[in-house]
Amino acid sequence: MRRIDPIRCGCLFALCLIVPALAASGSAEGGAGFHWLDVPLLRNQNTRWVVLSTALLGVASGIIGSFLLLRKRSLMGDALSHATLPGIGIAFGLMVAMGGEGKWLPGLLLGATISGVIGLLVMLAIQRTTRLRDDVSMGLVLSVFFGLGVAVLGVVQRLPNAAGLEDFIYGKPASIVEADFVMTQWLAAVVAVLAVVLFKEFKLLCFDDGFAASQGWPVLALDILLLGMVTAVTVIGLQSVGLILIIAFLITPPAAARFWTNDLLVMMVLSGVIGGISGWLGSAVSALAPRLPAGAVIVVVAAVIFLLSMFLAPRRGVLGRWLRHRRLRRKIGRQHVLRGAYEILEAGHAVPDNRPFSRRELAEKRTWTSRGLERILRRERRTGHLEMLPGSRLRLTEEGFGEAARITRNHRLWEMYLVTHADIAPSHVDRDADMVEHVLEADLVQRLETALRADGVWVPQPRSPHRI
Amino acid sequence: MSPRGDAAGEGLSAHPSNVPLAIHDLTVAYHRKPVIWDVDLNIPEGKLVGIVGPNGAGKSTLIKACLDLIPKTSGEVAIYGKSYRSQRRMVGYVPQRESVDWDFPVSALDVVAMGTYRQLGWFKPVGRKQREAAMEALDQVGIAHLAKRQIRQLSGGQQQRVFLARALAQDARVYFMDEPFAAVDAATEEAIVRLLQALNERGKTCLVVHHDLATVSSYFDWLVLLNMRVVASGPTRETFTAANLEKTYGGQLNLIDDAVRALRNATD
Repeated sequence: MRRIDPIRCGCLFALCLIVPALAASGSAEGGAGFHWLDVPLLRNQNTRWVVLSTALLGVASGIIGSFLLLRKRSLMGDALSHATLPGIGIAFGLMVAMGGEGKWLPGLLLGATISGVIGLLVMLAIQRTTRLRDDVSMGLVLSVFFGLGVAVLGVVQRLPNAAGLEDFIYGKPASIVEADFVMTQWLAAVVAVLAVVLFKEFKLLCFDDGFAASQGWPVLALDILLLGMVTAVTVIGLQSVGLILIIAFLITPPAAARFWTNDLLVMMVLSGVIGGISGWLGSAVSALAPRLPAGAVIVVVAAVIFLLSMFLAPRRGVLGRWLRHRRLRRKIGRQHVLRGAYEILEAGHAVPDNRPFSRRELAEKRTWTSRGLERILRRERRTGHLEMLPGSRLRLTEEGFGEAARITRNHRLWEMYLVTHADIAPSHVDRDADMVEHVLEADLVQRLETALRADGVWVPQPRSPHRI
Repeated sequence: MSPRGDAAGEGLSAHPSNVPLAIHDLTVAYHRKPVIWDVDLNIPEGKLVGIVGPNGAGKSTLIKACLDLIPKTSGEVAIYGKSYRSQRRMVGYVPQRESVDWDFPVSALDVVAMGTYRQLGWFKPVGRKQREAAMEALDQVGIAHLAKRQIRQLSGGQQQRVFLARALAQDARVYFMDEPFAAVDAATEEAIVRLLQALNERGKTCLVVHHDLATVSSYFDWLVLLNMRVVASGPTRETFTAANLEKTYGGQLNLIDDAVRALRNATD
């Protein structure tokens, strides 16, 4: 946990408001010629607001998306964004009917907000009053409202000056002007500050709403605030990313961030950064290649970051987990071989001496495939635990013999412990011991010894409690 | 949070303020099907109370209704003579372990610190004082060394202890615990029992939803036998009788089951 004081909060606020503006004004003098780097570096007059707005939108959606994801409401955001379409068409129609220009952006966005909220309410009403599952109500609202929106657009498109309304579906960042940038800037600042100020409240809401309610926190109001911010991000994002792909902006950054950390605050900040990078790179690429719609490029950038996170994140990533799993598997294989060898050497000898033994003897110790066994043996030879003698015979090296004795001892200690302390029948011990002993650490071995010594069952190299 | 004044209804003023929990005529229904009927209960202060009954008897529902987590169809609940709403700071709550997602990105200490959020109030972040209180609570349940662990990396029993520690951090007078003994290891069970006894010695009241009839008489000194209605409530020695158990678990239950099944067949 970290302290979040008002000063820090103010800094964050300033970061969202002032830094982009400074970046924009500071780099305004770009020189006469066009260079492709001018676009991502904000030196190009035409695309500066586009790139900045989209990046800030990414920051805002990354931050708020973290809570949405953890509240398990991500798809609700999808239903919400699709439900904005009828509102856009109706608002346009109304404004034309009232003699207005029709494509007045704030009016359109207000319409989008209203119908988005209505969509949410319909969804909640279906969930509360029927026994349909939540996914059904979301699917219903999403498709029905979107269909309705397409129908409304079809009607109002016959009105004059209606061209371009469908841009809200896929987004058209080129239409972003400075005023839109200012709006996005405020949105990002407000979202960032609310997320910091209400961090503890949102954390509790997302983790355990029942406990939050029992403490008297207004769960419903917090949920409404959360969804309200999601609505704001969605509506502002309509212009640049479009209503179909905005959901990727809300889900992908937090999902990617989750791989890297187990701390909600870090996840939230990281998610904002990933969202910002996706928006910045995505809109810059799309500005340079006008055939590529910004929403799509942004989603692709975010998806690449997600995939990299999924594979490369050290603890939760697929690659790291696979490697850890493989290491454990190899360790277990090695220990089985060494213990098997030790048991062979031990049979019929009071003090086991390190003599050669046959592969067949070892193979009979366990049910392993001959290829699997061969692979482990070769690896053991490489690590210097084992020598391969002519005639399919094997011999442990001095080091391997010592290691085998140690492993066998750990195994028996654990078996003894299970028999004396956990009340497990000796005939069942071998399997259970097998699973745990491979992860026994020195400290645990010591505790086992102490426990067993206290019971008087201590033996320097404990005998196996069952027939080998 | 500032309590929003005394919202106690008229009927509640009859309840004396030294009774940690008084329930009068409580009925709760889901989808018009009653889950608990006409529950009347008075729990004296400083008792370890076991709430026992078969599956579907409404044990969790009873707790949740007391804590205003689900709407009451009728009836009243008084905590120390007043409505729950005005007495929240006196109540600690341990929800069922399965009610949350344990893959959530927080540490054990983070979760326990949630118990201090109410005293902390709006907007203020968790500070050193809260962290120390949380550490102390973790220490009381014997897992202070796991404070930094992400909660997914804890065993089931340790997760249960985290929930108990969170309730301890609430520093309450009466604790509601929903199945704290469900699916925990022997060490955790022992730790919970020790904790209950420690709370008891400090004069706290604990209401514990419990499943294991074998341990009822050794863990609890007050027993509530519940099966939709309160079958019996009183000191364990007097209440934990074969006749009462028969009434709670046996005979009539089958009749109700049959009736419900017949009803379902008729309506489907």
